[in-house]
Amino acid sequence: MTGNISQFFTGIDYLLSLPIILLTLFALGILLIDLMIPTEWKWTNAVTAFVGIAFSAAGVLKIQYALDQAHLSGQQAFMGSMVVDHFAIYFWYLFLAGAAISILVSVRYLEIEHEHHGEFYSLLLFSVVGMMVMASGFDVVLIFIGLELMAISTYVLVGFLRTDRRSNEAALKYLLLGAFSSGIFAYGLSLFYGLTGSTNLSAIQQRLSREIALNGGKIGPVAILALLTVSTGLLFKIAAIPFHQWLPDAYEGAPTSVTGFMSVAVKAAAWAMLLRILLWGLYPLRTVYVPLVVFVSIATMTGANLAALTQNNLKRLLAYSSIAHVGYMLLGLVALASVEYPDAAFFDGFKGILMYLLVYTFMNLGAFAVITSLRQRDVIGDEIDDIAGLFSRAPTEAVLMLIFLLSLAGIPPLAGFYGKYFIFLSLIESGHYVLASLGVLYALFGLYYYMRIANAMFMREAMDGTRLPISVGMRVALGVTALATVFIGVFPEQFIRAVNWSLNISQTSAIASLMR
Amino acid sequence: MQPVATTFFFYLLSGLAVLGGILVITRKNPVHSALALILTLLSLAGLYLMLYAPFVAGVQIILYAGGIMVLFLFVIMLVNLERSAKEEQFNKQWIAGTAAALALGVLFILVYTGGKALFPEHLAQLPEQSNTQEVAILLYGNYMFAFEIASLLLLVAIIGAVVMAKKRI
Repeated sequence: MTGNISQFFTGIDYLLSLPIILLTLFALGILLIDLMIPTEWKWTNAVTAFVGIAFSAAGVLKIQYALDQAHLSGQQAFMGSMVVDHFAIYFWYLFLAGAAISILVSVRYLEIEHEHHGEFYSLLLFSVVGMMVMASGFDVVLIFIGLELMAISTYVLVGFLRTDRRSNEAALKYLLLGAFSSGIFAYGLSLFYGLTGSTNLSAIQQRLSREIALNGGKIGPVAILALLTVSTGLLFKIAAIPFHQWLPDAYEGAPTSVTGFMSVAVKAAAWAMLLRILLWGLYPLRTVYVPLVVFVSIATMTGANLAALTQNNLKRLLAYSSIAHVGYMLLGLVALASVEYPDAAFFDGFKGILMYLLVYTFMNLGAFAVITSLRQRDVIGDEIDDIAGLFSRAPTEAVLMLIFLLSLAGIPPLAGFYGKYFIFLSLIESGHYVLASLGVLYALFGLYYYMRIANAMFMREAMDGTRLPISVGMRVALGVTALATVFIGVFPEQFIRAVNWSLNISQTSAIASLMR
Repeated sequence: MQPVATTFFFYLLSGLAVLGGILVITRKNPVHSALALILTLLSLAGLYLMLYAPFVAGVQIILYAGGIMVLFLFVIMLVNLERSAKEEQFNKQWIAGTAAALALGVLFILVYTGGKALFPEHLAQLPEQSNTQEVAILLYGNYMFAFEIASLLLLVAIIGAVVMAKKRI
């Protein structure tokens, strides 16, 4: 019974939690340094946060190197409650990239809003810590605590413009609905604990499948109730219709740079959690949840695309578009039920989701960065009218925005195409032709409202003809996101290989040969 | 160790808990309500002790009866006591309330009669001596990382509260 600390906290535990520890230290450091620096030097906090992200990324690189050296695809830590595998590492890089770009975009925006405090960067880093825990957690208790750490930091970030009523309202709505959905989620997780006697995902999976095998393939009512509550919580977090109501309000009210951060990093974290729980822990129940996913996905694509048509606020429009993207991504799970584990279609859907999240990070952050730059001293700048005539005010920016919009719509030479490509491919391979054509149809539908923005930028007269000042950080952020959007679109092999690597599948599958 | 007068203490503590609960909603003075709530929480702590869960009982007393009640009392002291003492204690929704209570009662009876198979037939064997140690071993073993992240969660909650509430930061 007695043990000493070295049993519970080994060198492996230390190495695998190193990126999380580093990020936490930097977040705490920002809080302390912020007290000592005068207002005009607040931008140094952004530099500190950036360095923190760089250190954390170096930590991830170190883990990746150590895993490669040992020829491992993953390693447990903290008695199996955390697993750092290629999947987790992939998502960690994604979160860090999303946070880094968001920080670049934030500096000037916060100065304009007169809310430039160190707490912003600190909370942003804490939120990333929560995400990293979510992606690597293999114990539902740990995943849940990571989720709450991320969510609470994000609630505060949404309400960070404290004098702005919209921001306060958005934060309150997000807080209430977020807490509500977390409650439902935790309830379902506790039911699974009651059913299986364990909080570890692999133990839950083994005991569920044993239980189902003992019952002759029948799934008990409590398991179904637990699955329904857990998936309600998960769908709430990724904001699929009918659990999406919080999202447009939260996105509209939040500071624009935070909206960008939420739409990529927070969403990717929710997806990491969803995939972990549904594909690892609840895999034996896939015949139950896949029909559910199909229903939610169709509802999401339909509802979000219709709602996006009539929006005049840029942030709301992109909010609905991000809901629609969740609908496409959900289709990637459909093939799970009809094909078995090593089948190509099984991986293509999964691969599509990961690829989608990667390209979405860059193209959506880019689009939000452009909207962030519209905020000037006396202009709020988030209506479609504000972007009108952008081509005459800031030609480079307008062209970049067009690239992001086309990529969001999924036009082939750009990155956004590849996310949709693999998802539709997996649907076709597993014989879901109707769903595939429905998805393509809705993707075309999306082109209309993206082009509404493009139309305003290029065809309409500007409300005021002054040139738009663009800060250095913004230039870097726009450059990086645009470059990534084009580069992934033109040379996708490298990134497809990265996605394959994160799923531990070799390059020899049919798709990889098709790409050449 | 043979339990002593288990049934008697169970009904005594349960009765006290229910009594405290009724007092909480019927007292006009909020401070009295808060004191009655302490009674409920303490008798629940006694029930936990009877289930050989001294750790949960201790946490119940220290956190709920101690910390959270102090917070309640703070809030009560801040609001206007005279006005709330004059206000109506109950609203007029007798019919809806009775219907809801009846429906809930029927549900309980149905679950109790229909779901007997769900309840275990005999008492579970509980580890009497090492309950607290078990909690500690889990907390610093399996759930060590979750425990550490939970401390970050509390820190973020404090920062968030300060950021949202303070006029100038």
